[in-house]
Amino acid sequence: MALTKEQIAKRIARELRDGYYVNLGIGIPTLVANYIPEGINVVLQSENGLLGMGPFPFEGEEDPDLINAGKQTITTVPGSAFFDSALSFGMIRAGKVDLTVLGAMEVSENGDIANWKIPDKMVKGMGGAMDLVASAKNIIVAMMHSNPKGESKLLPECTLPLTGVRCVKKIVSDLAVLDVTDKGFKLLERAPGVSVEEIRSKTAGKLIIEGEIPEMNV
Amino acid sequence: MKKVVLDADEAVKDIPDNAVLMLGGFGLCGIPENCIAALVRKGVSDLTCISNNAGVDDFGIGLMLKQKQVKKMISSYVGENAEFERQLLSGELEVELIPQGTLATRCMAAGYGMPAIFTPAGVGTEVAVGKEVRNFNGKEYLLEYAFEADFAIVKAWKGDTDGNLIYMETARNFNPLMAMGGRVTIAEVEELVSAGELDPNNIHTPGIYVHRIFQGKDYEKRIEQKTIRKRN
Repeated sequence: MALTKEQIAKRIARELRDGYYVNLGIGIPTLVANYIPEGINVVLQSENGLLGMGPFPFEGEEDPDLINAGKQTITTVPGSAFFDSALSFGMIRAGKVDLTVLGAMEVSENGDIANWKIPDKMVKGMGGAMDLVASAKNIIVAMMHSNPKGESKLLPECTLPLTGVRCVKKIVSDLAVLDVTDKGFKLLERAPGVSVEEIRSKTAGKLIIEGEIPEMNV
Repeated sequence: MKKVVLDADEAVKDIPDNAVLMLGGFGLCGIPENCIAALVRKGVSDLTCISNNAGVDDFGIGLMLKQKQVKKMISSYVGENAEFERQLLSGELEVELIPQGTLATRCMAAGYGMPAIFTPAGVGTEVAVGKEVRNFNGKEYLLEYAFEADFAIVKAWKGDTDGNLIYMETARNFNPLMAMGGRVTIAEVEELVSAGELDPNNIHTPGIYVHRIFQGKDYEKRIEQKTIRKRN
């Protein structure tokens, strides 16, 4: 069975380490905050100017001056800090953020990512994604293995306009966990009940399979 | 050195057609609502707006787009606005999309007196087309220039009669950077106090950067994405 979006988020949450500063993108990445493992403390960075993002507010406690980068109402946790957008991207550029999780439309076998533009169809802008992928030490992509048309999103080369080059380190899709290596996508884990053959047939880029591939524990 | 003006209409009265404006805010959070309304009333046109977003159809910069007052937007993300998309696809509106950190830092550079910055954001993408690339310690960076804006229009929580500003929570965002970056900076604040009433330790934007200030009124502070959790 392919993973649900929640299960993808849960699997990514297992990559978190105590003390990490983490930036979570919009969509599946946002869900990662719901599955932070017991005993692990991470600080969530929101690039509109907050370290120490907390959960959504209770009804009636929304504060229009307090939003995340997805423009959702949020809260802060004890120890949080506000700052301006230049400082926010300063800490990102300087490599202070330990982990960035974001979605993608395409990832290539050398780690290029495309997630901001479909020419003539969707031109919303890159927001902070280009800054994040250009500087983050560790980038995990959360996405579906195939697009709605059934075409692989793990490609030899991206076909859409790039967001960044050679930057993605790991992918957690609904079918598999893969590392992006110098030689291509290296299969690490498969979703429960999903065969290596299915992953191979749905991965257009170069796939490296070494030994037995364990099932994910989600 | 009288910085206090009566209201938004007085603050924006000399903004001409074809002006280049910086407008603070992230989404609808921390936007200069009063000045945007005054610009709509004034009907000034062919503006170039440097702003992270373009508002929504019926609020923020969206109000100026609807009146076709904007010639060009320089933004990082413009997703929430159907009229914007229509004008963009029909060619009525010119749009330059740039990475958010680059946008912020180009504003900052203007206020720091630095003509340009180097950033890795956009290297190897279409953002890099035509730009100088420099290699520092094995990594490539793009040369990006400081913005030059005729007017910066920002919103703060509190301000004093000398133009010192304090922002609230994430409504800070681009506001202090743009406040530094404009040739003429206009600040609207929720509460205007006399000089000396704000703690100098807590000032975010020193008054030297601010030329006009007024206490705004009737703030709507619209929420774009109301998200809540259930009480147990």
